Amino acid sequence: MKELALAAFAAETGSHVVEQPRERRFERFRRNFDAPRYLDSLAERGLRFVGRRAHDYPELLRELHDPPPGLFLRGAGGAELLRRPAVAIVGARACSSYGAQVARLLGRELAAAGLVVLSGLARGVDGEAHRGALDAGGLTIAILGCGIDRDYPAAHAQLAQRICERGLVASEYAPGVEPAPWRFPARNRIVAGLASATVIVEARERSGALITADFALETGREVFAVPGEITSSLSAGTNALLRLGATPLTSSGDVLEALGVTPAEAEASPPDLSEAAIAVLAVLATEPAGADQLTRMMGLGAPGVARALAELELAGAVAEADGLFRAVRPPAQDR
Amino acid sequence: MLARTVTHALVGLDARRVEVEAHLQRGLPAFAIVGLADRACQEAKERVRSGIASAELEWPLRRITVNLAPAELRKEGSGFDLPIALAVLAASRQVPAEALEGHAAVGELALDGRLRRVGGVLAAAEGARQAGLTKLLCSAACAAEAALAGIEPVPVRHLAEAVGYLRGDWVPPPVETLSLNGSDADPTGPDLADVRGQERARRALELAAAGGHNLLLGGPPGTGKTMLARRLPGILPRLPPDQALEITRIHSVAGLLPPDRPLVSSPPFRAPHHTASVSAIVGGGPTPRPGEASLAHHGVLFLDELAEFPRNALEALRQPLEDGAISIARVGGKIVFPARFQLVATMNLCPCGARGDPAAECSCSAARLAAYRDKLSRALLDRFDLVVTVPRARALELESGPGEHSEAVRERVAAALARAPAKPIGRSNEASELLTRAVERLPLSARGRARVARVARTAALLAAADEVAAEHVAEAISYRSPSELGTP
Repeated sequence: MKELALAAFAAETGSHVVEQPRERRFERFRRNFDAPRYLDSLAERGLRFVGRRAHDYPELLRELHDPPPGLFLRGAGGAELLRRPAVAIVGARACSSYGAQVARLLGRELAAAGLVVLSGLARGVDGEAHRGALDAGGLTIAILGCGIDRDYPAAHAQLAQRICERGLVASEYAPGVEPAPWRFPARNRIVAGLASATVIVEARERSGALITADFALETGREVFAVPGEITSSLSAGTNALLRLGATPLTSSGDVLEALGVTPAEAEASPPDLSEAAIAVLAVLATEPAGADQLTRMMGLGAPGVARALAELELAGAVAEADGLFRAVRPPAQDR
Repeated sequence: MLARTVTHALVGLDARRVEVEAHLQRGLPAFAIVGLADRACQEAKERVRSGIASAELEWPLRRITVNLAPAELRKEGSGFDLPIALAVLAASRQVPAEALEGHAAVGELALDGRLRRVGGVLAAAEGARQAGLTKLLCSAACAAEAALAGIEPVPVRHLAEAVGYLRGDWVPPPVETLSLNGSDADPTGPDLADVRGQERARRALELAAAGGHNLLLGGPPGTGKTMLARRLPGILPRLPPDQALEITRIHSVAGLLPPDRPLVSSPPFRAPHHTASVSAIVGGGPTPRPGEASLAHHGVLFLDELAEFPRNALEALRQPLEDGAISIARVGGKIVFPARFQLVATMNLCPCGARGDPAAECSCSAARLAAYRDKLSRALLDRFDLVVTVPRARALELESGPGEHSEAVRERVAAALARAPAKPIGRSNEASELLTRAVERLPLSARGRARVARVARTAALLAAADEVAAEHVAEAISYRSPSELGTP
C-alpha cells in the first residue's frame, strides 16, 4: 500500500505529495508505517481509501498529469460511484440569488437525468448544486480541500451528512489535515478530473471556479459557462470564459446533449395554475420583479398577488430571493 | 410625641404599605431617617426641612426620628417627602393627627414647598384603595392618575395647601377624571397614508395587526421598513379599559406618563436602540424595574436592526414571547412583570446592506453573510409568523399618490378582531390539502406549518370568510420565513 503511506506521510508532514519523494524521511516513515492498522482505524471511523492502483480508482482521474495517490471516502455510496458519468457544478461562494437558483435548478435536473453531481461543498453555488441534486433524490459527490474527517465549511456539516446518506464525500487528504488556501486549487483538479463536463455558474474575474475550468480544459473536458449580466462583477469570470470559447449553457439539456444522455421524463406536469398565476408567471419570465411591482402591473391587489406567488412557488416555477421573485425554469424551447 | 402617616413603596409593580412614624424627643436638635431608606430617600431630610420652612411653618427644634416601617423593606425614591413632612408636622401638633385618618400620601417636595410629581402614583393609589384608605394626598399633577385607581385624590400644589386641607380651612379643587374608554384626545401616531407603494408590506402590517402576529421586515436600508413599523400602533384598535389601566400602571412606575394626560389608552410603541442592555430590554436592576418589553405590554415592541442587538438580549426576549411575562428572580424574592407584546423587527439582508437593492452590489463575503445571519437564533426567528422582504420602492411608486389612511385599515382590523372570538373557524378541505402540499414541497417544518395556519386564519377573519379557504392558506405561505434565514 504505497499510496496509503504516501497519503499518510503527506498528512503527517503537512505537505502535498503525489509521487514518491526521494527523501530519507519518507523511507523511514514507510518502514514504520503499519498499513493494516491504519486501514482499521479508518474503517472504525467509517472511512475508506481507494489507492491509485486499485481497480475502483476512477479512470478519468488517471488522465490528470498529477493524479492524487488515492482518495479517502465516506458515505453510503460505493467507490464505483466515482466511475459513473458525472458533471461538476462550481461557482462563486458569495453568489447572487440568480446564481444560487440556477445552481440548484441544474443540480436538480442533471441529477434527475441520472448524472452524478460533483462539487466542492463550499458555500454559495457549490452548496446549492449539492442541494439541488438531493432535492431530485439524485446522487452527488462532494470533494473536500481538507482532511476527509472534516466538514468544511462547518455550516455545511448537515449538508455533508445528507450527501453521505446516498452519495460520497471524498478527499485526497488523510484525516486530520487542516484546510489551507493552497489546498483548494488542488482540490479543484479532482473536481474537474472526475467530471465529464464542468459547469461554471457564477465566477468573479479571479475565482477558484476558473481554476476548475482550467483543469477541465487541460484534460480536454467540456466546459460550460452560465451567461450572466455583463454589468455584474459576479459574471465577469463566466463571461470571460464564454469569450474564450466555453459553451454557453442555456438549459440543463445542453449538458445532457453534449454527454449524450437522454433527459429524464419531464416532471409530472405541474398542477393546474390559476389564471392569475399564469399571468404572473408570464411577467416574471421576462424580468424578475418584486411583489409590489406585480401588484401595480396586474391589478390583483396585494392578497391576490401573494396567492399567485405562493401557488407558483409550490409548483416550483418561481423562487423568491431578497424580495425579488424570479422564474426558475428556462422558458420551454422547441427542439 | 408620635405621629403616623401612610404611604406606599413599590416592589416591582405592586405597592406595599409603609407607615411613616415621626417621633419628637427632647435633646439636641437632630433629624434622622431610619428604615432602610436609600439615598434619594435620605436626602428627603433637606427637602422636608426647607419645604416646611417655605410653607411658613415651624421646624421643631427637637430630636426628630422618622421611621419607615416595615424596616426590612428597602425604600427608594423621593415620594416619601410629603408623608415625612406631614408626620413631622402632625407630631409637632401643627396639623391635627386625627385628620390624617383614612389618608395616604405620596409626593416629592421642592425646596420652596411645592409638590412635584413622582412615578408609580397609580400603583400607590391602588395599594391605598386595597388597604381600605379612601383618600390620597398627592401632587396636583398626579391627581388624575390617582383617580384612575378609584380612590379620591386630594390634589395639592404646595405643602401649605396640604396643611390647610388637614386643618379644614382649604378645599381642594375637583379633579378631572379621565375616561378609560379613550377619547378623541388620544394622540394619533403617524398615518399609513404617508407610505407610498409597498402594498405587500402594508398587507403584512394589516395581517399582523389583526392577528397579533410578530412581524419581521427585511430589506436594504432606506426602503421604509422603519416607517412602516412605526405605523402599526395606528392601525391597532384602542385598548379595553382593563388593559389600559394595566399598561398605565407600568408606565407610571417607569415615570413615563405624559404630564398633560396620564393615561395610556392606545397600544404603546416602544423602540429601544440596539445598544440597549439586556436589563433595559427585559427589565431588571438591583431593585427590579420594568424594561422595554414590559413597557410594550399590550402594544408593539419594535427592534430596528434586529441583528445589531446583542444576542443575549434577544434570547432573553424568548421567555416573554412565550409566556407574556418576565420573571426576575432576586435573593429577596421573584418579581413578575407582564410583557405580552407584539414584536416587530427590521433587518438588512446582509451586513453591508446592499443585498436586495438592484442599484447596488453586495460586497459581503459568504462567511460574513453567514455570520450575520447566525446572529439570530432559529428559536427567535421561529417566533415571527410574518416575514416580508421590503424591496426598494421604484420611482414610479414614489410618485404615486398617498396610500390608504390608517383609519380605514384600523376599522377593518377591528372588525376582524370582533369576529375572532365569535366562532371557531374551520378549514376547508382544499385549504388542508394545500397546507399538506406545502409541507411536502417547500418543505415546511411542523412549526412553519403552524405559523402558516395561524396567518391563514387571520386572513380568513379579515376577509370575513366562514372558513379558512385555500386562498387564505396560499397567501399565508407567501409570508413565511425564507429558507436563507434558516427557518423553512
